[in-house]
Amino acid sequence: MKQLLTLKINGETHEVWTSTHKTLLEVLREDLYLTGTKHGCELGECGACSVLIDGEPVLACLILPVEVQGQEIQTIEGLAKNGVPHPLQTAFAEQGASQCGYCSPAMLMTAKALLEINSNPDSNTIREALSGTLCRCTGYSKIIEAVEQAAGELAVMRQNS
Amino acid sequence: MSENKDFQAGLTWIGKSWAQVDGLAKAKGETVYADDMFLPRMLFAKMLRSPHPHARIKSIDLTQALKRPGVVAAMTGKDLPIPFGILPVSQDEESLCVDKVRMIGDPVAAVAAIDEETAESALEDIVVEYELLPSVLTIEDGLKSLEETEISKTQIHEYADSGNIHKQVALEFGDIETGFAEADHIREELYYYEGNTHLPIEQHSAVAQHGADGRITLWSSTQTPHYVHRALAKVLEMPASQIRVIATPVGGGFGGKTDPFQHEMVVCKLAMMTGRPVKLTLTREEVFYTHRGRHPVLMWVKAGMKSDGSITALHFRNFLDGGAYGSYGVASTYYTGALQTVTYPIANYKFEAMRVFTNKAPCGPKRGHGTPQPRFALEVLLDKFAEDLELDPAELRLRHLIPDNSKTVNHLTVTTNGLGECIRKVTEASRFQQQRTGSSLGKGFGLGCGSYLSGAGLPVYWNKMPHSGVQIKIDRGGGVTVFCGSTDIGQGSNSVLAGIVAEELGIDIGNIIVVTADTDLTPVDLGSYSSRVTLMTGNAAIDAARPLREKILSAASEVLKIPAEKLMLRNSSVLSKNGSGEPVSFVDAVQWAETKYGMLGSVGSYTPPSHGGKYKGAGVGPSPNYSYSACVAEVTCDPESGIYRVDKLWMAHDIGQAINEKLVIGQVEGSAYMGLSEAMMEEQIYRTGKDNPGGLHKTPSMLDYKSLTALDMPEIETFLVETHDPEGPYGAKEAGQGPLLPIMPAIANAIYNAVGVRVDEVPITPEKIYQGLKELKSGKPGGSGVIGRVGPKKFPKITFPEAIKVKSVDS
Repeated sequence: MKQLLTLKINGETHEVWTSTHKTLLEVLREDLYLTGTKHGCELGECGACSVLIDGEPVLACLILPVEVQGQEIQTIEGLAKNGVPHPLQTAFAEQGASQCGYCSPAMLMTAKALLEINSNPDSNTIREALSGTLCRCTGYSKIIEAVEQAAGELAVMRQNS
Repeated sequence: MSENKDFQAGLTWIGKSWAQVDGLAKAKGETVYADDMFLPRMLFAKMLRSPHPHARIKSIDLTQALKRPGVVAAMTGKDLPIPFGILPVSQDEESLCVDKVRMIGDPVAAVAAIDEETAESALEDIVVEYELLPSVLTIEDGLKSLEETEISKTQIHEYADSGNIHKQVALEFGDIETGFAEADHIREELYYYEGNTHLPIEQHSAVAQHGADGRITLWSSTQTPHYVHRALAKVLEMPASQIRVIATPVGGGFGGKTDPFQHEMVVCKLAMMTGRPVKLTLTREEVFYTHRGRHPVLMWVKAGMKSDGSITALHFRNFLDGGAYGSYGVASTYYTGALQTVTYPIANYKFEAMRVFTNKAPCGPKRGHGTPQPRFALEVLLDKFAEDLELDPAELRLRHLIPDNSKTVNHLTVTTNGLGECIRKVTEASRFQQQRTGSSLGKGFGLGCGSYLSGAGLPVYWNKMPHSGVQIKIDRGGGVTVFCGSTDIGQGSNSVLAGIVAEELGIDIGNIIVVTADTDLTPVDLGSYSSRVTLMTGNAAIDAARPLREKILSAASEVLKIPAEKLMLRNSSVLSKNGSGEPVSFVDAVQWAETKYGMLGSVGSYTPPSHGGKYKGAGVGPSPNYSYSACVAEVTCDPESGIYRVDKLWMAHDIGQAINEKLVIGQVEGSAYMGLSEAMMEEQIYRTGKDNPGGLHKTPSMLDYKSLTALDMPEIETFLVETHDPEGPYGAKEAGQGPLLPIMPAIANAIYNAVGVRVDEVPITPEKIYQGLKELKSGKPGGSGVIGRVGPKKFPKITFPEAIKVKSVDS
C-alpha cells in the first residue's frame, strides 16, 4: 500500500508517494536520494542512521515517516549552510575524526543536537551523547576532540555575532 | 610527539599534520559509498542462503520465483560454476554453491528484482532440496581421522592436506632440543584466542553494469580491486581487459573486504543476464556470515630461557579453526608462526601449525592477520618468565631486542627496530616500574609489545612485477593528477599519496587530484592489506614524481639561466636554493617544461626487496621493514567480582617516519581501540550442538556482538618513535595494524598485576577472572591445574608431519 507523505527535510518540503511500511531511513535514501544518512544494521543497533527530528537525534531506521510529518527533519545534507561547512564538519576534517567516514554523518548530527542544548560539554558528556553510535576506525578520541574544537569555535562565533 | 624533528627540517608536508584530502567530503556526507549508488533502471539482488551447516544440494527450483511480479532474473551456481578464491592454492569458493553447502549462510541462489523487497520475497519462492551431512564444528572434530567416520560425509573439501586438515606446516630453525638443553628455565603452556570479526559499520555492497560495449563494470566496497578484477575474469570467463573494477570508498575494512566475494560475482552475472545495473547490499546478519575474521587459535607453547633472560628455544604448536573455506587461511597459518622472531632474538625456533576446516563462516585476515594470537601468548609468557627470573618485565625485554640490520632465526631481515625506545616511552610515562610493584590490590599495570610488517614481500599470486604503480599527469594549469590502484579504506592512503607528491613537487596538497582504485584508469596496486600501502605506493609515488621534478627544474634552469642543481621546488614556486632572485610560479615552470619536453607525465613503480629465506614457507613473513609497538595498560579490577575497567593506555609506535602525524596517531588509536575491544569482549561464536542448528552464529547482530562504545574507551596517550628506516618512503613504516598487537597481552598482564589471576585466553572477561579469583580464595586449582589460571586445559594429541629443518642464519 502506498501513501502520500509530506516531509519537511532541511527546511524544504518534500512530497513522497511511497509504501506505507518504509522506514524514514529508506524514504530518505531510496526515494529522496539523501544518501548522506547511512545504515549499518537497520535494526537500531549501530546508530549510523541518526538524524534530527525537531532537534532530537533519532534512529531513522526505527521511525516510520508518517510519524514525523510536520516535524523538522534534519540530515547531514542540511548541516552546511549556503555551501559553508558547519564548524563541526571542519573540525571533523581537521582532527581526522572521519577515517572511513561511514559513521560521521550520524556522529555529526548527534553532536549538533548536543551542542544545541549544551554549548560547552565536557568530554564525558560528549562520550555519553555519542555512545549510541558505533565507530570502528578511530577509537572515538579524535571524534571527541573534534566536538570539543567545534564547541570552542561556536562559542567564539556567538561572542562575535 | 614525534622525535628527530631535525630530519624533517626542509620538508613541507611530510611529518606534519594536515587534513585528509577526502575529510571534508566525508564530514559533509558527500562521499558516495557503494550502497549510495542509484543508477537508472537499476535492479536489486538478494541471495538465498543455506540454513544447514553441511548438506548436499539435491535440487533447486527457481520456477515460482521467476513468476513473481517484479522479478527480472534468477540464477543458481550452475550459471556461474567456475570456482575462485583469493589464494591460487585455495580456489574453493563458488559464486553460488553448486553441489553442496558447507556452512549456514552459504548462498545457493540469487534473484534480481525491481526493488529489494520483491527480491527478498522471491527468495521464499525458491525450492531447495538438501541431503543433510554430518557437520564438523570444532577443531577437535576437524582433526578426527576420516577413517573414524565416513570419509565422504564429513570431509568439507577434498583438496585438503588430509581429511579436514586444510593446511599443515612444520618448520624448525636451528635445533630446538639443543636450545632447551641450554635453558635455565622452561615453561610449557596452553593459550587460546577466540575468533572475532571486523564489524565494519558499512555492510558489503556491490553494483554491476553491463555496458553496450559488452564490458562489465563493478563498483564494490573492496580493499583489493586488483584481486577482484582477476577473480572476475576467471569466473566470468572474460578477458580482464573487458572488466572494470572500481573500489568505492570503503566504510571500514580491517581485512574483511580483502577477498573476492560471492556477491561481487553474482551482481555481474545478473547484470549480464538482465542488461540492467544490479545492486546487492548484504544485511548485517549476512556480513557476520561473510566474515573472514580472526581465526580462533589454540596454542601450545614451550619456551626455554637462560637466567639472563635470553630465549634459547621457542616451540609453538597452533591449531587454527578455519571455517568452511580457504580464504587467506594458508597465509594465516604461516603468519601464526612467522613474526614471533622479529622482536627478541630466538636462538632456536620450531613452529608447527594446522588449519582445520569446520562448517562455520570462513576465517581470514583481520587487522594483524594471524599474528595477534601468538603475540598474545608470547607476551604473556614473557611476563611469567620475568616473574620466574625476578626481573621487571620491561627490563627483560629491553635486554634482548633484535638489533638493527640483522637476520632473525627464520631468515627475516630487520632493518631498524625502535622497540626499545617504544618500551622506554610507555614505561616512563606510566611510571610502570613503580606503579606495578606499588599499587594496591585491584589496581594493575601490564606491558605488551609487538611487531608487524609494512607490506608482504610477495604478492598473493607470485610474480616479479611491481607491487605498486603510480602515474602522474601535470596539466598546463598546474593541476597535478596522481593515478594509483591503491584503495583508501579510511586509513588515509589517498592523503599519503597526495602528501608525498606535494612534497616532491613543492606544491600545495589542494592542487593534487587523486584518482585511485579503478582498474581502467589506475596502474596496479595490490590493495589495502598487509599494511603495505604507505610504504609501497609511497615509494612508487616518489619514483614517479622525481623525474617530473627534474624536468621542471631543468626547463626552469634554461629560462632562468641558473644551474638546475641550484634550484628547488617549494611553495608552488621555483626558488633558488640560496634565496636569490624572484620565485617563478609552479604554473609558469610547468609550461616551460611542457614546451621543452612535451606533455608532462610519468610512471613510477615499487617492488619490494627479496629479503626472505629459501625454505618452503619462506614467502610469508618477509617485509621491507617492520614496525614496533609497545603498550602499558592500567586497569582497575574488582577483586570480588572480576569486573574491570581499563583506565588508560600508553602507546608507543615505531613508525619509522610519520608521513602525516595526525593520521598516524589516528591509526595507532584506532588499532588500540580494536585490540582493546577484542581483548575485552568480542567473540564470533557459534552453536556447536550436534543437532541443527549447530553452526548457527550466536550473536549475528551489532547489539549482541559486543564492541566498545565511546563511553567504554579509555584515554590513550600516544608516542611516535621515528627510526627513519632505509626502506620506507622518507623512512616510513606501517601504522595500521602493528599497534593492535600489544593491547591484548598488556590487558592480561595488567589483570594479573591487579588481582593475581592469569587469563590465558582472549577475550579476557570478568567471568573468567571471577573463576580465577574463586580458585585463589579456595586454594584449589580448577581444571587447568594451576591455581588462579584460567585458560585452555587440553591440547589435541596429534602427530605433526616431520619438520623441515632449516639452518638458523647464525649457524
